[in-house]
Amino acid sequence: MAFKNEIEVTWKDLEIGSIVIEPGSAAQYQTGGWRSQRPVRDNTKCNKCGLCFLYCPEGCITQQEDGLFEANYYYCKGCGICAEECPKDVITMVEEEE
Amino acid sequence: MPKRVGMEVSLAIGEAAMLADVDVIAAYPITPQTHIVEHLAELVANGELVASYIPVESEHSAMSACLGSAAVGARTFTATAGQGLELMHEVLFVAASMQLPVVMTVANRALSGPLSVWGDHSDVMAARDVGWIQIFTENGQEVFDNVLCAFRIAEDKKVLLPVMVHLDGFHLSHMIETILIEDKEKVDKFLPENDYPLPLDPKKPVSMGTFAPPIIYSEAKKAQEVNLQKSKDVVIECWKEFNTIFGRQYKPVETYRSEDAKTLLLTMGSFSETAMATIDKMRDDGQSVGLVRLRLWRPFPTKELREAVQNAETLVVFDRAFSLGGQSGPVCAEVRSALYNETRKPKVTNVIGGLGGRDVTVAGFEEIIKKGVAMARKGSKQEFEIYGVRE
Repeated sequence: MAFKNEIEVTWKDLEIGSIVIEPGSAAQYQTGGWRSQRPVRDNTKCNKCGLCFLYCPEGCITQQEDGLFEANYYYCKGCGICAEECPKDVITMVEEEE
Repeated sequence: MPKRVGMEVSLAIGEAAMLADVDVIAAYPITPQTHIVEHLAELVANGELVASYIPVESEHSAMSACLGSAAVGARTFTATAGQGLELMHEVLFVAASMQLPVVMTVANRALSGPLSVWGDHSDVMAARDVGWIQIFTENGQEVFDNVLCAFRIAEDKKVLLPVMVHLDGFHLSHMIETILIEDKEKVDKFLPENDYPLPLDPKKPVSMGTFAPPIIYSEAKKAQEVNLQKSKDVVIECWKEFNTIFGRQYKPVETYRSEDAKTLLLTMGSFSETAMATIDKMRDDGQSVGLVRLRLWRPFPTKELREAVQNAETLVVFDRAFSLGGQSGPVCAEVRSALYNETRKPKVTNVIGGLGGRDVTVAGFEEIIKKGVAMARKGSKQEFEIYGVRE
């Protein structure tokens, strides 16, 4: 990531009026921090239909080289839509503290 | 040579904005401010002023349009009053936090309800914490001068903040006064071209007004507060430079016959001139009184205020607004707070008056001073008293 880690940004680092001068800076926002449940996959059941990829509102699910799908936990908010929509019950939502 | 003219103060404000080569005016008419934007509309319509005049459908839209215009680097002006300032309230905060140098004159008007079109400071006080630089004026010349200063302060690269210039509705906005309309060359010398450093530009895109999650909001607000506090130095510097070029000096806190005074009265806005006549009369009667006028309301001139009042025994603060359910009028609350931890300070009392357009005369201010001194001496059941209310 080309941006300074948001935890290291001080008030002196901000541009005038907090204007953002680099495009795409929203990518550094760790929406995964909102998650209370984590999607866990049993890929032995997966038929690679891609519905989880299509339904994910965060766009954080990508197809791997072997055709299986993975969620990026930096962004995954744990909404559970992938688990609800999966026709093969590949995905289970697990409490984060477990 | 400057032109000496007899002119309604509202029209002189339009002339000042024209001399400043304003690029965009987005405004909605509201009493007692209407003549300001009406005059600017006329100047644009008859070709004297080459600018975009955006007749919007509300004050909320007026200030929003001003934000857009300032964001592309255009010199931007608007005016409002009372309810209009309230309707643009949320956008005022945004203008300040986005550091967009909009200049606005506010013809101070009492807020509803009950409905009043007449003047007091309740509109200003409700917009106290929006993050704008706020300057009070006492007569037509001061408004004219400070509109020019406001553009220079707002657009200064060390500041980049919106500025409000306050003038009392009707008591000042509708007066016909003798005003010096300064030469264009001198104004151009005083006021450099607007050069906003990060304007909206397709060739170099930026994102303005982005959201700030909890991890960055505090940093953004700290940056804003530091910037607003620091702007005081630029305001003072601008007024000095204005004096060098035009020969009229303004200060954050101004005093009148206050040096050795045991009792001081503190006022803001056009009523200060009446209060000066009161001080003259009471001095002639042998009384030790003086006047302190708060010109810069935001950023609050704490250091200058402390210096101006430290030797007095009593400071009577005159408020033209209530802080309903609060401890005193809003100006007095801030003055008391500025002095509380000082070792040398006067006793502070508070009189609220001049509400909803009610006049305070020279004799009236004498009564107010006496009331304030009596409260300091005997104490009062209330933290403040209301002047002139029928019991």
